[in-house]
Parts: sequence; structure tokens; C-alpha cells
Amino acid sequence: MIEVNNLAKYYGEVAAVENATFRVEEGTILGFLGPNGAGKTTTMRILTCYLPPSEGTASVAGFDVVEESMEVRKRIGYLPEQPPLYNDMTVLSYLRFVAKIKGVPGGQLNGRLDETMEKTGIAHHRHTVIGHLSKGYKQRVGLAQALVHNPQVLILDEPTVGLDPKQIIEIRELIKGLGSDHTVILSTHILPEVGMTCEKIVVINEGRIVGEGTPESLMAELKEGESLRAHISGPVEQVQPLLQSIDGVVEVIAESGDGEKEGIYTVATVADRDVRDELARKVIDGGFGLRELRPLDMTLEDIYLRLTTEEVSA
Amino acid sequence: MRNLFAIYSKELRSYFVSPVAYVIAGVFLFLSGYLFRNILMQFNWWCLQFAQRSQMMGAQGMPNLNLNEMVVTQFFGVMDFIWLLVVPMLTMRLFAEEKKNGTIELLMTSPISTAQMLLGKFLACLSLYSIIVALTLVYCFILEAYGSPDWGPIFSAYLGYLLLGGAFIAVGVLASALTENQIVAVLLSFGMLLMLWLIDWSASFAGPTAAKILQYLSFIQHLQDFQRGVIDTKDVIFYLSFIFFCLFLTTRVLESRRWRR
Repeated sequence: MIEVNNLAKYYGEVAAVENATFRVEEGTILGFLGPNGAGKTTTMRILTCYLPPSEGTASVAGFDVVEESMEVRKRIGYLPEQPPLYNDMTVLSYLRFVAKIKGVPGGQLNGRLDETMEKTGIAHHRHTVIGHLSKGYKQRVGLAQALVHNPQVLILDEPTVGLDPKQIIEIRELIKGLGSDHTVILSTHILPEVGMTCEKIVVINEGRIVGEGTPESLMAELKEGESLRAHISGPVEQVQPLLQSIDGVVEVIAESGDGEKEGIYTVATVADRDVRDELARKVIDGGFGLRELRPLDMTLEDIYLRLTTEEVSA
Repeated sequence: MRNLFAIYSKELRSYFVSPVAYVIAGVFLFLSGYLFRNILMQFNWWCLQFAQRSQMMGAQGMPNLNLNEMVVTQFFGVMDFIWLLVVPMLTMRLFAEEKKNGTIELLMTSPISTAQMLLGKFLACLSLYSIIVALTLVYCFILEAYGSPDWGPIFSAYLGYLLLGGAFIAVGVLASALTENQIVAVLLSFGMLLMLWLIDWSASFAGPTAAKILQYLSFIQHLQDFQRGVIDTKDVIFYLSFIFFCLFLTTRVLESRRWRR
């Protein structure tokens, strides 16, 4: 549905996006994940024909964003980071205006408006002036604006930013529900969001795509070994070398504790090797106390940090 | 056409839901009413003077007192200067506000052409202008009630006003497309309009060819024919081509985002 090939965008000397290549299949929700300023918005603006790419090509539903911009624009619903609302209009008149410029035929207009407002939960506010709505409702109107012409592709730039936790959950549920009828690209710098709503993730950092795949495949790919967390009583300078001496242990990091009596350690081991039994035995035999021992699951958080932190990529 | 009309009605609506249209119409009508009254008073005073003198000296050798020339033309002559100040306020928000609010992203990613968007906005502003200008017809009806003005020059003056307003608005729209700051838009359009207003002044100190060009570019020169009751195609074409030129530049400005690779 969406194909991006070697896309690049330069602002003067600075590259906002470089060498971006990815595809989105029909009916999937793609999460565009990256820290602020990574190039997410730029990529989305290129896909919506707001900005031209400096290099490379992008196409939506088979139409090139530069050459066949009008065709692309007919098929896209776009919610920019700042919802494009006219604060002096009522919800209904605003959506009617958007529907008209998006080319919704006159006969379907009222039906589409009702359906969209129903779907986004703003029907009871249809006669409210947009400027008087709360932030959460403004975001819903923004979403309704992107949906009103029933586009094949939805591009949502940070749709949950600035909302309270309850509103975030509501908007996420809404987006999840859209995945069946639409192809959705959604950008965020909030991790749990992609884990909850997206079937596929593209991680972008400093304009480059640093990871791509399902949440599970990304985790598997990056998993080099297991980690354990151990809470052990005893002086750190004795316990640490002891743990280090266990076969299969790669690294032991003392995380906290007072150093004299007890410490919390993160023990990294080689993959596919469970050292828990041996670790427990050695600790007890050494005369120390084992207070806690548990495997650490790699979370999306870890993937994200690994992919977007300098040390790892260097 | 449907897109154009959607933009047109949205723009016109936003003038009327905000106080903008009412304040501008109010201020303009107050000022023009004040000027009209004074011009009329002046005319009355002349009439009295003439009546006294003709009683003393007989009717011979008395110049004609022309209502059109002494009231209508003079009134229109000051009205266009008020518009020079007011039009930048009508046009400043057209694009600057869309840029500031980010709604330009909605317009530019919708399947409408830049020309449709621009024309919709231009015509909405021109409509508001025409409505306010049409309200000044009241003054002409007052003249009709108490005197006998010649309606031909009045109508040609109004036609001139429509064209002049179009040219003013085209300049304002261009200025508004250049910036996202409304104050910058006002100042830019005001500066450009005033320059075009006064451009023939420097004609007196320029060479013969340059003088001709400068005079041709002046907004006032072309308006004076209309106020005298002359509809010259040369003047009509001047205004139309000026409007077209400014609107063309505006589409280029708006689309320039799509060239910067």
C-alpha cells in the first residue's frame, strides 16, 4: 500500500531523513518510533505530499507522491502533530468543509459526517465551537478530519501527545479499531503505544531507519543473551568476582546496594544458557544470602534504547 | 469549482463570525460618512456664496456648480485612501493565519489545487469589500434625494472601485502568503500599496520613458478616468493584469514549498 525507496530529505546541509526504505502492507498498523527530531514528521510530510523528497521515491496505493500528488492526496487522511483546526468553526461545519475539499460527493456527505462523528465519539459535540473543546476532544476532531473521506491510508503524527492517560487509552482503542479498514502509519516517541497498537514497527533515529519488523522479531533479533537480576547479601567486592567466575556469565554489573552488606546485580549471560542453579549454589556455598533471583525480559524499552543510543550503534 | 466554493464560503463565513467584518465596515462607514458630510457642507457653502454673488452681480460669468464634480468625485477621491489603509487588515489573515495554525497542512494535503484555494480566498475577500463599498451607495441616494447627480459617472466610479479593490486585495494576499506573522503581512501590503499609490510622484523627476512607465503603474492615474465617468479598456486591462500578476506570484510562493528539494 505504501512503498518508500531510498527516501532522503535535506534542509540545507542537514539531513532530516536519509536512505529510508520500507513498505507497509494493506490493512496493517505501522508504528513509526523514534526520539523527538528523528525525522518522523518529515517522512510523514513527504508521504502526504506536503514536502517533496530530496532523493528517492515514495508511493501510496501505487501513485507517486510527486508525480501523481492529487491521486495520493485523495487517498490519504492526515493528522499532523498540531491538529489543523479552525477554532472559530463548529465541529460539524468544520468537518463538512473538510469533507468538501477532500472530495466527498454531495449525496454521501451527511452520511459520512454522521458516521465519522459517531466513530470518533464527538457526535454530541457537533454544534460546539472547536475553540471551546478540551484538548482531548480537539484531538478527536483532528482524527475525524483525517477519517471523514474514508481514506485508504491514514497518517497520524503523534496522535496521543498531550492527552491525559484516559484519553490516550481511548484514542489508542480508536486507532486499533481503524486497522481493519485502513492502512495506518502512526508516529510516536512513546514506547508502550507501539507495543499496544502496532503490528509492525519502524525505528528511526537521526534520520536513519535503525530497525524494522514486528515487536517480537525486533526483540529476537536484538537479543544477544539473557539477563538475570540478583539481590545478594554480602560485600560487593567479594560477591562480584564470585558471580563473574560462573561459566557462561559475560558481565556482572553492581546496580545498587550499600556495598558492605548487600547488592543488586545485573548478570548478563550467553544466550540459551540458564545459569540460575549454579549461581544459587555458588552464592550459598560462599556463605552469602540469595534474596532474589529472576530473569529479565527484554522489553520494547530495551530495544528502543539499544537502537537509538549512540554507544550501541557505534 | 466545488472546492473553490467550499474555500470561498469558509472564508466569507469566518469574516462574519469574528468581529472583523463588522469592525471594518463600522470604522470605514463612520470615516466615509464623516468625510461625505464635510464635503457636502463645503458644497452647501459654495452654493450660498454663489447665490449671494449672483444676486449682486447678475447671473453672467458664473461657473457651473457641478454636484458630480464637487461632491461625488471628491468623495471617491478620499475614499480610496481609506481603503488603502483598510484592505491590508482584510487580507492579512488569509494565509498567515493558516500557516500559524498549521491548517495550511490540511489545505496543502487535500486534493485541491493551489489556484482553487487562492481564488476562493481572493473572491471571499473581494466579496466582503464589495459589500462594504456597496453600502456607500447610501450617500449617493442622499444626493439623489436633494439634488440631481449624474448616475453614469457614479456607476463607472463603482466599477473602478471594484477593480481597484481587486488589485489591493491581490497585493494583500501576496503579502499574507509570504509570512506567518499577520503584522508583517499588514506592513508588507501597506508598504507595497502606498508605493504603488505614490509611484507617479517620482515621474516628474524621471526621464521621459521612465516617467511614462511610472505613471502607467500608478493606481490613482487609472482610477481618475473611472471617476470622471470614462470606462477605458486600457484601465480595465491594467487592473485585471495587475490582479492576475499578483495572484500568479502568490501561487508560486505557495507552491515553492514543493520545489525545495
